[in-house]
Amino acid sequence: MIKNSGKLILAMASIAVLAGCASPVKLDKPAEVVSRDVSAGSSSSTSSSSGQSTVGTIDQTKGTAIPVSLDRVIYFDFDSYVVKDEFRPIVEAHAKLLKADSTRKEVAEGHTDERGGSEYNLALGQRRAEAVVKQMELLGVGDTQLEAVSYGKERPAVQGSDEAAWAKNRRVELRSK
Amino acid sequence: MWPRRQVLRAFGASLALPALTPALAQFRLEISGVGATQIPIVLGRFRDEDRQPQSLSAIVRADLERSGMFRIVDGPAPADETGQPDYNTLRTRGADAVVSGSASRLADGRIDVRYRLWDVVKGADQGGQSEPVPPVDLRLAAHHISDQIYQKLTGERGVFSTRIAYVTKQPGKYTLRVTDADGENIQSALISNEPIISPAWSPDGKELAYVSFSKRKAVVYIQNIPLRTQREVANFRGSNSAPFFSPDGQQLAVTLSKDGGSHVYIVDRNGANPRLVTFSTGIDTEAKFAPDGKTLYFVSDRGGGPQIYRQPVAGGNAERVTFNGAYNISPALSPDGKLLAYISRGSGFKVMVMDLASGDVRSVSDTNDDESPSFAPNGRYIIYATKSEGRDVLMTTTVDGKFKSRLLESGLDIREPVWGPFGR
Repeated sequence: MIKNSGKLILAMASIAVLAGCASPVKLDKPAEVVSRDVSAGSSSSTSSSSGQSTVGTIDQTKGTAIPVSLDRVIYFDFDSYVVKDEFRPIVEAHAKLLKADSTRKEVAEGHTDERGGSEYNLALGQRRAEAVVKQMELLGVGDTQLEAVSYGKERPAVQGSDEAAWAKNRRVELRSK
Repeated sequence: MWPRRQVLRAFGASLALPALTPALAQFRLEISGVGATQIPIVLGRFRDEDRQPQSLSAIVRADLERSGMFRIVDGPAPADETGQPDYNTLRTRGADAVVSGSASRLADGRIDVRYRLWDVVKGADQGGQSEPVPPVDLRLAAHHISDQIYQKLTGERGVFSTRIAYVTKQPGKYTLRVTDADGENIQSALISNEPIISPAWSPDGKELAYVSFSKRKAVVYIQNIPLRTQREVANFRGSNSAPFFSPDGQQLAVTLSKDGGSHVYIVDRNGANPRLVTFSTGIDTEAKFAPDGKTLYFVSDRGGGPQIYRQPVAGGNAERVTFNGAYNISPALSPDGKLLAYISRGSGFKVMVMDLASGDVRSVSDTNDDESPSFAPNGRYIIYATKSEGRDVLMTTTVDGKFKSRLLESGLDIREPVWGPFGR
């Protein structure tokens, strides 16, 4: 993440422009600095401010990182796979990110709380992940850019066996691929 | 079946016809009363066993006691398998049977493990065996003896030489382990930083299929246990999970989400040729072949909550099997296909056993965090993971729930036990 900070800021700026004033993204620089990149339709196009000496790095050791400031966890009610309205802006922000760069890919990782069998929970997590992917596809993201997978109950975000812990664990995490 | 073993010639005749029914009557065994009526048996120390790395008689003793079918009593045993029992004294001690044996090192480094069983009530030799084994297989030789004693005295095959696979979880470390059925000789088959779930034995006991998340998603692998080779069987888009071998070992049922949703497919054992076999708009998963290979039992929430259904493998309508409770998962079929074990959520998660002919259901556990029931290959026992007194344990119970034994416990999270087949 840190290694890619230049790229990150660029990407964050792009989102800010795309998402408009409602975006929760906070920027270190004014958005207009990179607005041309967005209009050019690709974040990889050379900025005129980079001069003649810049060497652009393509780092394939990590996927294209999701901006750190962009929320990427969507929480679910017990036994539910409905994406609640309050998480709609997260889905929309990621959809915009993906639509802005067709080479970008994300994985929606479904998770459940600890109760119940590992396989049935795997399927429940898959259903949650697919619900998020479906919404992003309805927003125009290409299906090759998205994969829904599930960890079931195997990867809790927080430990604990009470409703507070369970609520934090019933989730879909979006990560870059 | 085991080429190096031969039945001791002198007793070949008496072994030819085990005469199971007389044996049952002989030892006053009541099948319905396991735990209540146990066969009293005297078990001598094996001659020269102290010179071996494993105490053979101790392994046999623990096997027989854990089965719930035997009670070890004190009494005089012959010095080894060539001796003669003192029947009169043994009868006064209340023993119905007596066992003696020996362990002799052979010139090639192997150890010849011998034993003989006598029927004290009848005053008759019940036969024995000689099995030369490398030292590493001494435990196995002891389990073979337990299996034979069990079979001769109860009329059923023993499961002491079978193995059980399970998964342990530590922070950041997951281990697929294989243990002897007595919880000893634990070995690691796979160690990973990512979760491992749903191990399933191949019918020949040489391979384990399982789900690993080492690729940051659920992928089905098959691992050859002795050769330590791993191959990918299902790695489609989405999640790949819940492997289960067909009885002939040539196919696997798996749950795939490659076409959206979670549905059951049958694939060839190399992963080729996936065929969708369940059809619903809900979740279909945890498919298990019935022992005849013709019926699939699986979990589906097509009717709302998760319930167990069955349908012909060849195609046809799914029929709901479980009706009590809103959440019934993890089906396991007994080897004769007559019983269904599963987990039901009520006040907790409990192992239930259904008689498929009558539909009668009974609870067989006294714990509330049960997971992953699996039948022993002789159909008499069920193993499951649960919590007991705050600790993770693997429990075995007789199918009637009357006799339980704690197979394993540790400070680790222990999950997903599955009992291997006969034949080792």
